Amino acid sequence: MTAAIEFRGVSRIYGEVRAVDDVSFSVEPGEFFAMLGPSGSGKTTSLRLVAGFDTPDRGQVLLDGQDVSSTPPYDRNVNTVFQDYALFPHMTVLENVAYGPRVRGVATDERTRRAREMLELVQLGALGERRPAQLSGGQRQRVALARALINHPKVLLLDEPLGALDLKLREEMQIELKSLQKKLGITFVYVTHDQGEALSMADRVAVFNKGRIEQLAAPRELYLRPATAFVARFVGSANVADAALAEKLGIAAPFAIRAENISVLGASVAGWGDDVFAAGAVVAVQFHGAASRWQVQLDAGGLWSALVSEEGSRQLAELGVGSRVQLTWPRAAAVPLQG
Amino acid sequence: MRAASTFFWRRPYWYLALLLVPPLLWFGTVYLASLFALLAQSFYRIDDFTAQVVREPTLATYQLLVTQRANVDIVLRTVTMAIAVTIACALIALPLATYMARYASGRMKAFLYVGVMLPMWTSYLVKVYAWRQLLAKEGIIAWVFDKLGLTGLLDALLATPGIGGPSLSSSYIGMFLVFVYMWLPFMILPMAAALERVPGSLLQASADLGAKPSQTFRSVVLPLAVPGIAAGSVFTFSLTLGDYIIPSVVGAPGYFIGMMVYVQQGVAGNIPLAAAFSVVPIVLIFVYLSIAKRFGAFDAL
Repeated sequence: MTAAIEFRGVSRIYGEVRAVDDVSFSVEPGEFFAMLGPSGSGKTTSLRLVAGFDTPDRGQVLLDGQDVSSTPPYDRNVNTVFQDYALFPHMTVLENVAYGPRVRGVATDERTRRAREMLELVQLGALGERRPAQLSGGQRQRVALARALINHPKVLLLDEPLGALDLKLREEMQIELKSLQKKLGITFVYVTHDQGEALSMADRVAVFNKGRIEQLAAPRELYLRPATAFVARFVGSANVADAALAEKLGIAAPFAIRAENISVLGASVAGWGDDVFAAGAVVAVQFHGAASRWQVQLDAGGLWSALVSEEGSRQLAELGVGSRVQLTWPRAAAVPLQG
Repeated sequence: MRAASTFFWRRPYWYLALLLVPPLLWFGTVYLASLFALLAQSFYRIDDFTAQVVREPTLATYQLLVTQRANVDIVLRTVTMAIAVTIACALIALPLATYMARYASGRMKAFLYVGVMLPMWTSYLVKVYAWRQLLAKEGIIAWVFDKLGLTGLLDALLATPGIGGPSLSSSYIGMFLVFVYMWLPFMILPMAAALERVPGSLLQASADLGAKPSQTFRSVVLPLAVPGIAAGSVFTFSLTLGDYIIPSVVGAPGYFIGMMVYVQQGVAGNIPLAAAFSVVPIVLIFVYLSIAKRFGAFDAL
């Protein structure tokens, strides 16, 4: 099967900055593909290269097997939901949605009918005559979605589409987007800096850092077996031991250990079995509801955190900021990292 | 000091009043009141025998304005020139403003903005007289046409009935050129400001949905530039309607509204007719703005 999108050794260089640096990957048709990374990691530039707003300096971008590296955006069968929604302020909602068919020469009746259909799909059927300025953020987001879907693109690009919405609305939209993608069977490429969003929605996630892909894997794999220290920190908020720290703890290679796998013990409690122990002092205890995050400065170096359940915290009641403690975890829970 | 700050912090309306009273006094009394005093004059008339202003409300002066062929001609001539100048300014300014707002960056952008505004730092009169020299029969423009072997073309242009004349500096063509030169910055700047406010993502969205650059320009850029074009055209239109120096220094001998106001209130001492003439541009601008509003020129504001 031909890949919906393929990058072959793509680089995009702005002056001294390698925004995208020799990146290769492919996206399968019908896949929900997330590009995750901090700002400036190259994820948005990669999206712009797919949309055609930017052209690669080296390498090729393929859509459906065709090299589109120098094809303008209006000749690509790809549509975009913009971060700021980019709705045309001088048009009504209906005119906004009908814009795609309009510029492609579809007759007025036909494009109005299709635009109404799309508005129904995003549950905004009644608001067609309004101006974008008269809508709430969530409604604008849906209009942007309807406008991008009306041309029946093979690939829908979403650039941080939920970034401007509040938490509750964001969670609702995540579920809705996911079910919409299943229903339409379109390939979604979803750019975000929120690892929770990427993990909960995507079939596969590409983690970007400094213009390169650090790891490309399914969410569970990414979380359970991060390949690099960057992925371990960014995706799982895991504690990372570099080679020097690992050696001090008596372990051969660099590794990551997630906060929920670490237990906190009083300094005088004797250890048991094959578990790893690391002594340190408590720096902060943050209450998060079901669990508390204990920040501990290790004697061996590094500020680590352990997630302790409400039950566990009660047993540690006499300990607090400044107390000497031990962190302990099963040897098998540690994930070895590359380099 | 602290006590005064606290006083105004607790009473925001007093603070606002303190800020707004001086400009409102200026605007209300000095500006609006004198404007209405002038307009009121247009409802008086001049006694033909004594040449004294008769201070009784009457429409006689307006009747004179709309019935005398010479007066109607002056209005039509001025309005035609103002429309032509506005259209020419819009056509020249649009590509330039688009480039300044959307493509130029850094030094190039600064250079262009300074370049557009630089002529406004020079005396208006100096520029008008300089243009008279440029457009004169022995001026540099005629010389360039001569050197290019195009004197015939210039002569043919000047032979055009209605707008021609013995030389560029004494024809409506020359006057038109000077007007366009003078008011071009007033069209470019609001247009560029309007275009600068258009987010780049709108143009990308348009291309993304399948619009070719010409379609994007027609359907997105132009409608969003319209408030700027409307603002600029109010400048070029009203400045042309009211100017009296350019028509008296450059161009054919026919009167323009501005000259008529100058002559009537000065030499002729007919203040009511001068006031009636100065009402014409105000009415025309109102008409123009309401037409522009009806066509949705300000919807994107």
